[in-house]
Amino acid sequence: MSEELLSFEDAMAQFDPVLGLEVHVELNTATKMFCGCANVFGSEPNTNTCPVCLGLPGSLPVVNATAIASAIRIGLSLGCDIAEWCRFARKNYFYPDMTKDFQTSQYDEPIAFDGRVELEVDGEVFVIEIERAHMEEDAGKLVHAGGVTGRIGDAEYSLVDYNRAGTPLIEIVTRPIRGTGAKAPQVAKAYVSYLRDLMRALDVSDVRMEQGSLRCDANVSLMPKGETELGLRTETKNVNSLRSIEAALTYEIRRQAALLAGGGKVHQETRHWHEEGYTTPGRSKEQAEDYRYFPEPDLVPVAPSREWVEELRATLPEAPDVKRKRLQTAWGFAEQEFADIVNAGALDLIEATVAAGAPASAARKWWLSELARRANEAGVELTALAITPAQVAAVQALVDAGTVNDKLARQVIDGVLAGEGEPAEVVSARGLAVVSDDGALIAAVDRAIEANPDVAAKIREGKMAAAGALIGAVMKDLRGQADAGRVRELIVERLG
Amino acid sequence: MSELLTASAAELSDRLAAKELSARELTTACLEQIERVDGQVKAFLHVDGDRALAAASSVDEQRAAGAPLGRLAGVPLAMKDIFTMTGAPTTCGSRILEGWIPPYNSTITEKVLAAGIVVLGKTNMDEFAMGSSTENSGYQTTHNPWDLTKIPGGSGGGSAAALAAFEAPLALGTDTGGSIRQPASVTGTVGVKPTYGATSRYGVVAMASSLDTPGPCARTVLDAALLHEVIAGWDPRDSTSINAPVPDVVAAARQADVKGLRIAVVRELGGEGYQPGVEQRFNEALEVLAGLGAVITEVSCPSFDYALSAYYLIMPSEVSSNLARFDAMRYGLRVGDDGVNSTEEVMNLTRGAGFGAEAKRRIIIGTYALSSGYYDAYYGSAQKVRTLISRDFDAAFAHADVLVSPTTPTTAFTIGERVDDPLAMYKADLCTIPSNLAGNCAMSVPVGLSPDDGLPVGLQIMAPALADDRLYRVGAALENALAQRWGAPLLDTLATGPAGAHLRGGVR
Repeated sequence: MSEELLSFEDAMAQFDPVLGLEVHVELNTATKMFCGCANVFGSEPNTNTCPVCLGLPGSLPVVNATAIASAIRIGLSLGCDIAEWCRFARKNYFYPDMTKDFQTSQYDEPIAFDGRVELEVDGEVFVIEIERAHMEEDAGKLVHAGGVTGRIGDAEYSLVDYNRAGTPLIEIVTRPIRGTGAKAPQVAKAYVSYLRDLMRALDVSDVRMEQGSLRCDANVSLMPKGETELGLRTETKNVNSLRSIEAALTYEIRRQAALLAGGGKVHQETRHWHEEGYTTPGRSKEQAEDYRYFPEPDLVPVAPSREWVEELRATLPEAPDVKRKRLQTAWGFAEQEFADIVNAGALDLIEATVAAGAPASAARKWWLSELARRANEAGVELTALAITPAQVAAVQALVDAGTVNDKLARQVIDGVLAGEGEPAEVVSARGLAVVSDDGALIAAVDRAIEANPDVAAKIREGKMAAAGALIGAVMKDLRGQADAGRVRELIVERLG
Repeated sequence: MSELLTASAAELSDRLAAKELSARELTTACLEQIERVDGQVKAFLHVDGDRALAAASSVDEQRAAGAPLGRLAGVPLAMKDIFTMTGAPTTCGSRILEGWIPPYNSTITEKVLAAGIVVLGKTNMDEFAMGSSTENSGYQTTHNPWDLTKIPGGSGGGSAAALAAFEAPLALGTDTGGSIRQPASVTGTVGVKPTYGATSRYGVVAMASSLDTPGPCARTVLDAALLHEVIAGWDPRDSTSINAPVPDVVAAARQADVKGLRIAVVRELGGEGYQPGVEQRFNEALEVLAGLGAVITEVSCPSFDYALSAYYLIMPSEVSSNLARFDAMRYGLRVGDDGVNSTEEVMNLTRGAGFGAEAKRRIIIGTYALSSGYYDAYYGSAQKVRTLISRDFDAAFAHADVLVSPTTPTTAFTIGERVDDPLAMYKADLCTIPSNLAGNCAMSVPVGLSPDDGLPVGLQIMAPALADDRLYRVGAALENALAQRWGAPLLDTLATGPAGAHLRGGVR
């Protein structure tokens, strides 16, 4: 898939990119948007279904009130106005993943509109205007089988799983984002990352991009520098990670720039992002379908009272950017140190660990190194590890008290993860406490000196760098259960 | 004919309660009548005698055990084939749903079964309730028991004919533009379109969601009220259903008193295009009502002249969307699935083969009306007319308690007469459509046989939303007075007279 690309620098020298981002957020309500079926990911296919979400003849939808509350809270936290009266609309098109062959969505009467978000990227502030946030239902999921790619092109047959049909979705649409220049891909990434944190703080969605509970369609067009008229845009789908958003937009900008610079024109179309680093054309927007929207006659209008809206406003958590600034100051981390925490999705874990008594630096160290490695090995999120922030704080407390050293602490964590109980229980069950009896330590030091006369001689000559070998021998002798610092002191005492 | 077949549901329920009659005996009589006459009338698409008898026996056992039973427990009913019921096919008169057995019951089916009513089977209808004659059924045309060469009305012609042929004392229908009232009118039976939202649409296959209204069909006003009471009420599964108490329609039917009631004739629903015999019987009925102490006036509802046009934009628009789901993917007919055709081609072939001409016509009109660039001119304008019609009703109801008109401009027309002229067919619903667009309630009650062709004429009563009880007060008063004048209810003419010889096994 080699298309002509201009270098990003050359593209930016000639063109200004304009972004438009459509983010779909799957809500984590207990039940679906219009029926009582469980709204969960990963069940056996077609088990969370009923006449309503299967669109059986005669069935009727009823709106999930919790989904409306979530939509309003999302709207409020994006600075949107909340409609006093709005309706659902039918978006008509035929596709086997749509059980009714129309999607119940909102059209010209969204529940939330006219919001704004401020983002800081490399010290520069960008304002993202939110056009609307509206409610809709997700479709089922098609599985194309019998081929190599898993895409429809070479499939022998397709299967449909309607578990996802009727999952509540909020679609958040920006107005065209101008003036980002070369930072366009980073701004897009920062925006989606902001939404992810916001949804998490609101506790309205699992926001797992890899499971599709947060999806971004990235629109971009180019204008020759100095122009103000928008160019023809492409909409890139299947962008399933923050990294991909940046990469896909960078690619599209370079591809469009090469087309335009070569005197060609951009086809207004949907494009598909491939993780290998390129996009391919999908459905052409020039032959776009006429969705024949009209107000959904099976549902009464949604008219949230102002009192309810204010009640919901009172439940909004601290905005993620405000919270981050507060914690960074309180913990005293440098910009990059703190960014690593956020990017690892460890902010809440570290906050809880600090709240349980651990110093911020220690909490950061455990979650971002040892625990991140284990999560990575197990292929799970940090939050999925079988250890709580309180337990991590307890491990650190053992280190601080000198009960265990860092190496032993890692074994304590092993024990906790293996379900052997609280850190203190693991220490006693596994016998992991360091030997703090100087008598035993001195005996071990003497044994090491005796066994390594050459090394001992060097240390006596003042070559302290050699002490490491003796410390290693002592630790080996004591199966690691010693405080290395104390061992060093004793070696100096005995040989000094 | 056995008097079990001609008796009203009210009488039958009294005899069942008194244990003078068993539900099994009554159900057997209905099944035998179906066996006797349905070959000619063709009211039913599906009859499940074993299931009906089992249900009847269960009611009898419960009654013997002294269990508390609903008023209509043990009374048989014919169900329009648009209500889902587990274990029985639901076709909506369409080939595209042939063989589909729904896995769930409509709310009304649940209510009917819980009341101990015995469902005999599913009745014929125009495909997806689109038509005024049952000629648009994908399976068969139902014949009018008064004259087998005539249409029984539509779309609920099967339910109305089952009543008039004495196959069942009660039936269920749905009324989107007149599908309960127009068949009632042309078969000499009673049909009620309740207030929109007063009866649940859950499990009733949708034609036009903002108009569809399930309702009772019966041979007497009181019977309709008894069934209305069973099926009405708020349903949390239908978001458009109204959470309000059901007016006491049974008491109203028993009250049957119009003294001092203000009854207004709608000027726009009469005159040119109305059969003289229909107008004659309508005017005589007005005299009867005046004689009972009602105050008869006239009102003008000028927007009603645009009702048919607005209806034929709004209804097809909703149809085009509601009928999209019949795409061969999940249930019903599938054509062309040969491993070569694409999904889209299979959808096209199936819909091409499965839908009849009228369904296709409405899908095409609706698709056009909703298209980008045409939406405002068609769907948007039609919705404005709908608002104007509601305002006309509001203004009229400021001066009158109920409005009246003929139910349909003519008596039953001949089978085949209008199949090639959709507009002539649509005009059968001229008088009934305004109440659907406004969402209020209306009833058709028989007012005699037209002197020019000897076929039944119906009078339509219209009342404000949630004032369904007024329909029953007026309908029952008129019914009583007319029966007194004739010496017997209208349908007795059919049960005992020469026109109904075929219903007594005289003609096979």
